[in-house]
Amino acid sequence: MARRNTRGSLNPNSESVLLMPVPDNLEFFIDPSRCIGCQACIQACSECDTHKGQSMIQLDWVDRAQSTQTVPVVCMHCESPTCAEVCPADAIKRTGDGVVQTARKPRCIACNNCVLACPFGVPKMNTGMNLMMKCDMCYDRASVGLKPMCASVCPSQALAFGTREEMARLRPSARPANTFQFGAQTIRTKVNIMIPRDSPTDIVDVTSSMYEPALGCELLDGLFAESLYEG
Amino acid sequence: MTREVSIATSWGVGLTLALGALIVAGSRNLAHFDAALVAYTFSILFATFGLTYRYAMWLQRPPTAVYWRRGWQVFFRSGWRLRNAGTWFRRLVSEFLANRFIFQRNRLRGITHLLIMWGCLIAVAITFPLVFGWLHFQPVAGDLSLYEAVIFGFPVFRFPHESAVAFFLFHGLVWASFLVIAGVMLAMRRRMREEGAAALQRFAEDFMPLILLFAVSLTGLMLTASYTWMKGYGYTFIAILHAITVIGTFLWLPFGKFFHIFQRPAQMGVGFYKDVGRAEAKACCRGCGHAFTSRMHVEDLMEVERKLGYRYEIPGTEAEHYQWICPSCRRASLAIAQGLLWRGRRGGVPLEADARAISMPVRVNRGMGEGPLGVEDAENFYP
Repeated sequence: MARRNTRGSLNPNSESVLLMPVPDNLEFFIDPSRCIGCQACIQACSECDTHKGQSMIQLDWVDRAQSTQTVPVVCMHCESPTCAEVCPADAIKRTGDGVVQTARKPRCIACNNCVLACPFGVPKMNTGMNLMMKCDMCYDRASVGLKPMCASVCPSQALAFGTREEMARLRPSARPANTFQFGAQTIRTKVNIMIPRDSPTDIVDVTSSMYEPALGCELLDGLFAESLYEG
Repeated sequence: MTREVSIATSWGVGLTLALGALIVAGSRNLAHFDAALVAYTFSILFATFGLTYRYAMWLQRPPTAVYWRRGWQVFFRSGWRLRNAGTWFRRLVSEFLANRFIFQRNRLRGITHLLIMWGCLIAVAITFPLVFGWLHFQPVAGDLSLYEAVIFGFPVFRFPHESAVAFFLFHGLVWASFLVIAGVMLAMRRRMREEGAAALQRFAEDFMPLILLFAVSLTGLMLTASYTWMKGYGYTFIAILHAITVIGTFLWLPFGKFFHIFQRPAQMGVGFYKDVGRAEAKACCRGCGHAFTSRMHVEDLMEVERKLGYRYEIPGTEAEHYQWICPSCRRASLAIAQGLLWRGRRGGVPLEADARAISMPVRVNRGMGEGPLGVEDAENFYP
């Protein structure tokens, strides 16, 4: 049975056939502002059996010259996945538990639509293999109740996997949100991002922050920034 | 009935009727049509309708429609035709006939797919013309040691029936079975051993096609064994069993994994689209200013997204549309947006908003062994 997406239409990319779904009570929580850029997630990610040897984590400096801020991005598993809907080959499927699976190998024609359309910049394109690859929440682990590899090694728990109760207990000043604004488009996701508990809004407005400076940029002086540019 | 369904149904009926007409014409008004194979013929006709219907529906999806149109446009673009024709031939050999891209995924998977693909191609090349009455063999009048192959009613070539050529030709389906069975065994082995595959595979999508191919090949070999070594023991039963497996496979063609056989050639169009896009105007990120893909691709994606009901427009900003922002800037923006919600709560230093654009985000792991997976990632993520 197809699942209704957030825009009210039947989503042809949903599937109800599941071998073993990710348990309902376990959720993924990301908090980029806790990231220390240690790269443990990158190394752990490539150990996952569903994409072994290839790391699906996207870890960036936000503004290398001005700030130490880093951002780890995993697939947010949108309720209405843009990547799947713009896929001309119908290669990306969202299973009934809300996980947007990586591209089906026989179908993916490597058009790069998903890479360019994903609002979070998640999918990667393996050009030689003619195959899009992306985070699938370590489906071999998450579907049996284990933490995805990245969440199991993240020392600052910027990437965390557990129950809502655990998160409420461990982070009393934060609460999860899963609604994002990109221009006029609202996207809801299975993966949560942590926002202040007393935040007046439930929506993380990504596009309104596009031209804001990285966190902590005023802590580095201009001289240091210049030397980085010259180096 | 929606417009899409009407179009798909029309194409399905049209192509099925066309195939029916070709069967009548190719078998010379059914003179060479083998009535014993009529069930095979009708199952193929059904599969033709199903495949055409699904293909036509698929082509009408907004992203597929755009790529279909653009693929042909760029293939026939002035100044590119000769180059595209050469590229087409090269990719046909390396990507399709030799499965190069699957070997890049994994060598064993490449061998597996090559065995199954060539086994099926050989089997189809033999079976379909025989079933349709397009091909038959007849003794040559005056020299009964010779056989003559007749295609579409025209004699094509002769060969001695006690020759290596005859042995090779008449056992074509046996060789095809050997290839398919070996491939299916390798595929099954992988599916039973790999934990990644075990987590994602499903019976109907992943096992059913393998079981069908195995059943077809095995019952086909049993027929050969029956008439070669067992004096035809159980032949009728085996023939019916074989017919059931083959017809089942044909009926399954439009629904399951086999449909990728018909989708996959779209990869060619995508290749031309990328080639032309790479040589023409670039799209520059309206966050960091770097070129990250072709302008054509961004504009096409915006059209597709609009048709799908997405509204990524950002009115009142210089970006205008979120599609003009490169993937790296999108990831950086997510972190900044979340960080701003915590302004004044963590670290206690309120940040002064600065109206300037952020400089290009740079991956923290650059040069440490986890770089881009391909040329395109290098372009899209590190422009």
